[in-house]
Amino acid sequence: MPRMPFVFTKKPKIVACATAVGALEAKGPLSSLFDVVSDDSKYGMNTWEKAEAEMVRSCTEIALKKAKMSYQDVDVAFAGDLTNQCASTTFGMKDKGMPYIGLYGACSTFALSLGMAALSIESGLATTTLSVASSHFCSAERQYRFPLEYGCQRTPTAQTTVTGAGSVILKNVENKDSAFVAEFFPGIVRDLGIKDANNMGAAMAPACADTVCRYFSLSNCTPKDFDLILTGDLGLEGHRIFLELCGAQGLNLVDISDDCGKIIYNMKEQDVNSGGSGCGCSAAVFSSLIMDQFQSGHLRDILLIGTGALLNSTTVLQKETIPGIAHLVRIRKDAQWN
Amino acid sequence: MELIKCFIVGGLLCVVAQILIDKTAITPARILVGYVCAGVLLTGIGIYKPLVEFAGCGATVPLTGFGYTLAVGVEKAVSETGILGALTGGLSATAGGIGSAILFSLFFGLIFKGKPENL
Repeated sequence: MPRMPFVFTKKPKIVACATAVGALEAKGPLSSLFDVVSDDSKYGMNTWEKAEAEMVRSCTEIALKKAKMSYQDVDVAFAGDLTNQCASTTFGMKDKGMPYIGLYGACSTFALSLGMAALSIESGLATTTLSVASSHFCSAERQYRFPLEYGCQRTPTAQTTVTGAGSVILKNVENKDSAFVAEFFPGIVRDLGIKDANNMGAAMAPACADTVCRYFSLSNCTPKDFDLILTGDLGLEGHRIFLELCGAQGLNLVDISDDCGKIIYNMKEQDVNSGGSGCGCSAAVFSSLIMDQFQSGHLRDILLIGTGALLNSTTVLQKETIPGIAHLVRIRKDAQWN
Repeated sequence: MELIKCFIVGGLLCVVAQILIDKTAITPARILVGYVCAGVLLTGIGIYKPLVEFAGCGATVPLTGFGYTLAVGVEKAVSETGILGALTGGLSATAGGIGSAILFSLFFGLIFKGKPENL
């Protein structure tokens, strides 16, 4: 039904996932769960953008290997990143012989790519899909703020763009043991007037609260039905604002909600200001920790709400406000059958 | 004693900038430009020169000191060559600083590669 959370009757299964991250992420609490880590932020390449493309290629090939598939088995790939015109994911996935759909949702791209991939399976466009999202601290700084060489100071509310990529392969297959994409609920662009590019969390929180509150007002579920309500990258400041906004609407999510930007780093020991951000944040956390917890049975039913700040470097210079968006996917695992 | 005065004045100027970064939404780039302008203004109204005499490098090294150099250069050029000095004086006085910034940036850019902080 239009405007309602879309329920997938085909239950597209997550058959494999993989991650590739940088040195800072590898020193964080999830270090043992990542597939590829590199001390070299350039991943052996000579530009940051090529490094990001290399992370995309790398985690994609590992996911394919885990699923015992090749690029030829993927019917369509959905991917995006933060760079101008999504160059990093494009360059990482070119000449692989896969139909490719580029997406832009800023940091919400990963959740968006899962939703779109599941839709393509539901519609019959594809039987097997690939969803990838990536970000790189250095290419993002160059894109949105200043090149590294400028050496500017960052503010306490600024977040640290995650250097990481995550990939997920969905397949239309009967497999009672796999987690699957259960629902997709696209977000509405919301703008509450934040202009500070160093406070993205506050810019995205209203859109996130809007999506979550609308979801619960339309769905038969309540927050208690879920093991986790995971936001993409609101960070410390943004997540706090999100919880307050939901609370004001009568939704108390304090005990059940967490944020990928707070999970991916050790907030106390690593100098990451307000936490992680970037497409790679939710992609890397989901494709490592969350999938690991689904496998071990710790998680059975979650909401992943990817959050994006839809600014570009020009709008900031033009002193425009920062609109936000949040896309929701529900990931579930059915009860084990005997 | 010279060193202590220098340290305190220079340090205080940096503290002001840090407060601006931590407590306001003013971008670092604007803070830097603001400091240059503040230096010019404070020199123009006669406050900055006494500070330079008091604290030496503590007042000339922070970016307000660059504004001071610009303003003093303009004053000197105007008194020597008339109104055209308003255009030539600032750049002449700061030519050494600008030239070395370009030269050293090029040099360091050639021998070092950028990498992310926090590592």
